[in-house]
Amino acid sequence: MDFDPLLLSRIQFAFVVSFHAIFPVFTIGLATYIALLEAIAFRTRDPHWARLSQFWIKIFAVVFAMGVVSGLVMAFQFGTNWSEYSYRAANFIGPLLAYEVVTAFFLEATFLGVLLFGRDKVPAGVHLFAAIMVAVGTFISSFWILSANSWMHTPVGFEMRDGVVHVTSWLEAIFNPSFPYRFAHMAVASLLTGGFVVAGISAWYLRRGHAVTASRRALKMTLVMLAIAAPTQLLIGDFHGLNTLAYQPAKVAAMEGNWETQQGAPLLLFALPDQEAETNHFEIGIPGLASLILTHDWQGELLGLKEWSAEERPPVAIVFWSFRTMVAIGLLMIVVALTGAWLLYRQRVFDSPRYLRVLTWMIPLPFIAVIAGWVTTEVGRQPWILFEHISVQDGLTPSLTGAMALFTLIGYVLVYAAVFTAGIYYMIQIVRKGIDAPSDTPQEQHPRPKRPLSAADRRLDEPADKPS
Amino acid sequence: MYDLTYLWVLIIGFGVLMYVLMDGFDLGVGILFPFARSEQDRDIMMNTVAPVWDGNETWLVLGGAGLLAAFPLVYSVFLPALYIGVFLMLAGLIFRGVAFEFRFKAAPGRRRLWNGSFFAGSLIATFAQGAVVGTFVQGFETEGFRYVGGAMDWLTPFTVMTGLGLVAGYSLLGATWLLLKTDGEIHQWARRWAYGLLAAMMVFFVIVSLWTPLTDDYVRSRWFDHVTWLWILPLATLLVAFQLWRSLGKGSEAMPFLYTIALFGLFYGGLLFSKWPYVVPPSYTFQDAASAPESQLFLLIGLLFVLPFVLMYTAWTYYVFRGKVRADTGYH
Repeated sequence: MDFDPLLLSRIQFAFVVSFHAIFPVFTIGLATYIALLEAIAFRTRDPHWARLSQFWIKIFAVVFAMGVVSGLVMAFQFGTNWSEYSYRAANFIGPLLAYEVVTAFFLEATFLGVLLFGRDKVPAGVHLFAAIMVAVGTFISSFWILSANSWMHTPVGFEMRDGVVHVTSWLEAIFNPSFPYRFAHMAVASLLTGGFVVAGISAWYLRRGHAVTASRRALKMTLVMLAIAAPTQLLIGDFHGLNTLAYQPAKVAAMEGNWETQQGAPLLLFALPDQEAETNHFEIGIPGLASLILTHDWQGELLGLKEWSAEERPPVAIVFWSFRTMVAIGLLMIVVALTGAWLLYRQRVFDSPRYLRVLTWMIPLPFIAVIAGWVTTEVGRQPWILFEHISVQDGLTPSLTGAMALFTLIGYVLVYAAVFTAGIYYMIQIVRKGIDAPSDTPQEQHPRPKRPLSAADRRLDEPADKPS
Repeated sequence: MYDLTYLWVLIIGFGVLMYVLMDGFDLGVGILFPFARSEQDRDIMMNTVAPVWDGNETWLVLGGAGLLAAFPLVYSVFLPALYIGVFLMLAGLIFRGVAFEFRFKAAPGRRRLWNGSFFAGSLIATFAQGAVVGTFVQGFETEGFRYVGGAMDWLTPFTVMTGLGLVAGYSLLGATWLLLKTDGEIHQWARRWAYGLLAAMMVFFVIVSLWTPLTDDYVRSRWFDHVTWLWILPLATLLVAFQLWRSLGKGSEAMPFLYTIALFGLFYGGLLFSKWPYVVPPSYTFQDAASAPESQLFLLIGLLFVLPFVLMYTAWTYYVFRGKVRADTGYH
């Protein structure tokens, strides 16, 4: 049997990077939230804030550990499967990744130790400082990695000598054209992801009447944040799309499922793109809307996929549908966030079990949106690894055989399946165990059972966990 | 033109040594894990490394990214050549890494699962790293700056030997670390292990030291053509090993760990100088493997500024978590 090492390597990279991306996108948002909670707890000395922070730190520890170990894989993936790309692009991506390690990873890893285990070992101010350093580290990290990634989409500031990248302007290369948009898009995505998880779990606690004071506060602040962040994300996404149109029009054509160059291109709501026949089946669209969104003119001209030779087109169906998945979830998040803000304003949010239930169901969606977004942009870059300079075919490790690639692909799938299952399991355990009661409010400690949520059928009005 | 290549040899060399020493002791604690006498001792062992292992492992990421930045040829030849070994190492590091979080959260009955995962992950990762060292000594089949050898070239009797040698070495680091961080019965237990591990490591040291010059002409002529100052290294190794043995007998707490670190430093030096100036033996030197001067300079400027801070706050966390770890210290 012959296996194609190129295809298997692409699947492997897509798998390990998607799996990895889940964790940082969550930890970036959550680290910011924990730093904020620690700061409020430090100022107010109110035990409810402290217990809330302690609870989220426990979740953070599990997520972060999975992020670290899956990130370790990423540091080597470029060399094992894409050694030719690594060799040829090392003069730029090498220093960037190294900067990420020394300015971010060490900061996160070291101060995380203090954040997790040092509460009784260092003064409260130092503990707060550690929380802030972890949050800052996560943002610095995304700065470097998104710059390196954006450069692969919109490469500038270098010249090719003998097929090897040589940087001519670091400033241009680091702040390449798509970087500001991608960075902003990802930063807000992290806030949305962290926000919806916090909101969803707080809502679940409220429905069960658990840790009511803390959960109410948590829900209130996240709903306010989400109501601002979710619509903002739509705006940023729009700017990001315009930037992509300017630099990677083939990707946008695939996102829109647009084969022919045309004026007044429709926004397709449904279609089955057919790469072979160079057309779509079962199109349903709104006339002119794609042109309006992308050119701000109903009759604006959009380039179709046929402008590029068949080998230079990305796989249209994947890009088309992943893009729609992301946008649909994005719109849903806006609706849910604004509804929440309205309920909050009417002071009804805590008495709307239906809305609280919706919030809990929302938890997985931002993760799916983030992965769908990455699939859109990464698959949309195909067939290039370094846009219009190095193809994925040329970036592959020359000595790699199909069997080797298959072996590690299966290996990573098995390892990650085991780790992910265990991680989710323990996270659910932490959530079920609930938020610790503050020691100075004894009426909350008793007669609460040790695992307050193990009795799933407990009613909302049960007295044990009344707000203190 | 400026040439920063040798400065980068120093920096990367320092980074890799830091990794070997720091993750070395926590991998070693993992390897010793199943031999502990009780579950409570295992709690203590894990708690001696729990607050710092993540930072320790970051040096490995720095090694990977630093090589890509400063010596891209090394990165793009070593990793394809060690493809399967690297996968095993990463899988091992994943299982032991998550074990830190999961073991303390698991129900008592399930702890054995994560004990096993912590041990097996540490063992496999260590063995794979030792095999990397052996592969470096063996050399790489290359053509026009690309690896052209096979998938399993990295696994030979010689690399198995270096792999096992590193298992003994990291375990010794782990045992002497425990001498530093524990007291009472577990301390005595670690001391008993340290004797055996030191002996095992020295046996591997002697075997590898004899095997290499016998099979490798370059290394033989380097060591035996003239009497060179290099001979200071093995002599110092024997002296330090003897001192280490004595310090174990005298019951000292910190010295065995420091002597073990010194031993690793000497092995490391011997290894580099055996192959010097080759970094992708037998074909390419550090100069051949270096990245563009402007890239080396760009990273160097930032690194010289940031690295002192990294070292400072790393030292600070070790200071925060100083002292003996006892059963009631429980960070979890």
